[in-house]
Amino acid sequence: MAEVGSGIGQSRWTNALFVAPYMLILFGLLIVPLCLGIWLAFQDYDMLGGWAGGVGLENFQNLLDDRIFRGTVRNTIKFVLMTTPAFVVLGLFLALALNNALRRSGILRTIFFGSSVLSVTIVTLVWRLVYLPDRGLLANALGLLGLPGVDLVTSQVWALPAIAIVTVWWIIGLPMTLFLAGLQQIPPELYEAAALDNAGRWRTLTGITLPSIRRTIVVVAVIEVILQFQLFGQALLITGGGPDNTTRPMVQFIYEAGFRDLQLGFAAAASQVLFALMLIAALAQFWAGRRQGA
Amino acid sequence: MADLSLRHVSKRFGQLDVIRDLSLEIPSGEFAVFLGPSGCGKSTLLRMIAGLEGLGGGEIHLGGARIDTIAPGDRGVAMVFQHYALYPHMTVRQNMEFGLRNIATPQPEIDRKIADAAEMLEIGELLERKPAQLSGGQRQRVAIGRAIVKQPRAFLFDEPLSNLDAALRSRTRIELARLHHRVQSTMIFVTHDQVEAMTMANRIVVMNQGRIEQVGTPMEIYQRPRTRFVAGFIGAPAMNFLPVAAIREEAGRVVVTLPDGSTVTTAVPTTALRPGAALTLGVRAEHINPGAGTPARVEVIERLGERTLVYANLADGSTIVYDEPGDVVLAVGATVHLAIDGAATHLFDAEGMAVHG
Repeated sequence: MAEVGSGIGQSRWTNALFVAPYMLILFGLLIVPLCLGIWLAFQDYDMLGGWAGGVGLENFQNLLDDRIFRGTVRNTIKFVLMTTPAFVVLGLFLALALNNALRRSGILRTIFFGSSVLSVTIVTLVWRLVYLPDRGLLANALGLLGLPGVDLVTSQVWALPAIAIVTVWWIIGLPMTLFLAGLQQIPPELYEAAALDNAGRWRTLTGITLPSIRRTIVVVAVIEVILQFQLFGQALLITGGGPDNTTRPMVQFIYEAGFRDLQLGFAAAASQVLFALMLIAALAQFWAGRRQGA
Repeated sequence: MADLSLRHVSKRFGQLDVIRDLSLEIPSGEFAVFLGPSGCGKSTLLRMIAGLEGLGGGEIHLGGARIDTIAPGDRGVAMVFQHYALYPHMTVRQNMEFGLRNIATPQPEIDRKIADAAEMLEIGELLERKPAQLSGGQRQRVAIGRAIVKQPRAFLFDEPLSNLDAALRSRTRIELARLHHRVQSTMIFVTHDQVEAMTMANRIVVMNQGRIEQVGTPMEIYQRPRTRFVAGFIGAPAMNFLPVAAIREEAGRVVVTLPDGSTVTTAVPTTALRPGAALTLGVRAEHINPGAGTPARVEVIERLGERTLVYANLADGSTIVYDEPGDVVLAVGATVHLAIDGAATHLFDAEGMAVHG
């Protein structure tokens, strides 16, 4: 018994060594900060004034009373509702159109994915040139059609959709690639069987293709919801949150509360709200996806 | 019922000729098997009939109407795929309904057809299951069921038994033969397995390198192979081929001398021979009788139970396989004497064509 026990004990320790680097990073950079963040949300912690003790739910109460914060929650949810369906529909459309061995499609796939590697500063710079009133690409295009130019970025109605368009253009490559991978998993025989079963294009799409990539659709939707709830750079660089806070996202609110106003406890509480919203949205989609499959 | 007619059909993949100017008539209600080694074009030909591959040239007619110009679904054919190609997200019932719904069949008719097919194939209990919950044999039945409900003019089977284990394969062979008897539709079955071809076919189409080598009933093909390829492909063990060293005539028949010096009197009349042609003698294992004759040394013994295959070396070193009873007492290294039944032999010329009387 002792011999066997020591043998297993030894191998356990060596096993642990292999996972140790990962565990260190996981704990040091993820688990500990997560717990610290949750703890901070219930504290009065000012970066200048220091820790002034626990305050219970006061930070959350303040958030609830904060008109600007409520606005950022609304904006962020609106943004997610605009972009996520666009990513799913447009990504799927591109994938369907480019899912073939044509040389042309290969080039287009690269182009559509290409913009994903650009940084947010470059992307917003490009799109500021598009949205520039009077001289921008959009104004010129409208001018050619004889239509008056619009200043989307300063419009309370159009500023957020304008940011959504930039975002979709920027990272449509990822959902497209995920859908392409999903489509290529479908055995070609299924389409041959469908052709012999008199299925037209639409029937093949709805009866064969979409059900076959149901999981991919759920994955894309969940990934995009999680990503788009974290809207920050584009809004900060294009509109700075304006006009009249109509494009200010939650992450910008957190950033400003924490790093401009240095109210760490308050910012941490806002972070927890964002975290909860993302968790609920993602779980709801997993649940919906599973129900459809059942 | 339908006559399937292939007229000067051809197909190229790039530089490769897959089907070369092929013509074939299959009478209505027949069970035809396309048999050949992999790459001979048999599956491509089936897919051309189904409409899954375009034609390089020629025409295909089914039941008097030209079908190679119309969509696969409108051709009146149903296909059972090698890997079944069941729709994984649909239940068995939905799999069978899909094609019928697409042509707007009334629901009561759909229900009746599915019930009939389910009863015939004994898959009634499986109707609400999904393909992933079925065994290989059950999927096979569902795939056949999906074809039956369409009541096609011709059934196309693309090596559907290759994924089944040996026991299930022989059982399914019998069931398919029974099914053919019941539905009386034209069936075309592609396989590389000569046992499947021999057991199920009314007519075997032996293919090689995109061409038809021979068309005939199983016994015609077995007893009178038209080419050396057919002779070697059909029958287990494969036919023995021995080079002919010299020939002479005896009572109008060709008498050949083999490299080991032994002579065989064939049934081929000398008038059928072209002068100067190099010949090969073909003889099946069961037509070699041990006892008296040319000496050979036993090299390998394969016991199959009801019979024993013996591989023996002739005096010149060439190997010949012959039949012994299952319980024969024989050891490797022993010397046996073999007599070839000359009347049952075949002669092939240098081009591989059989020389018949």
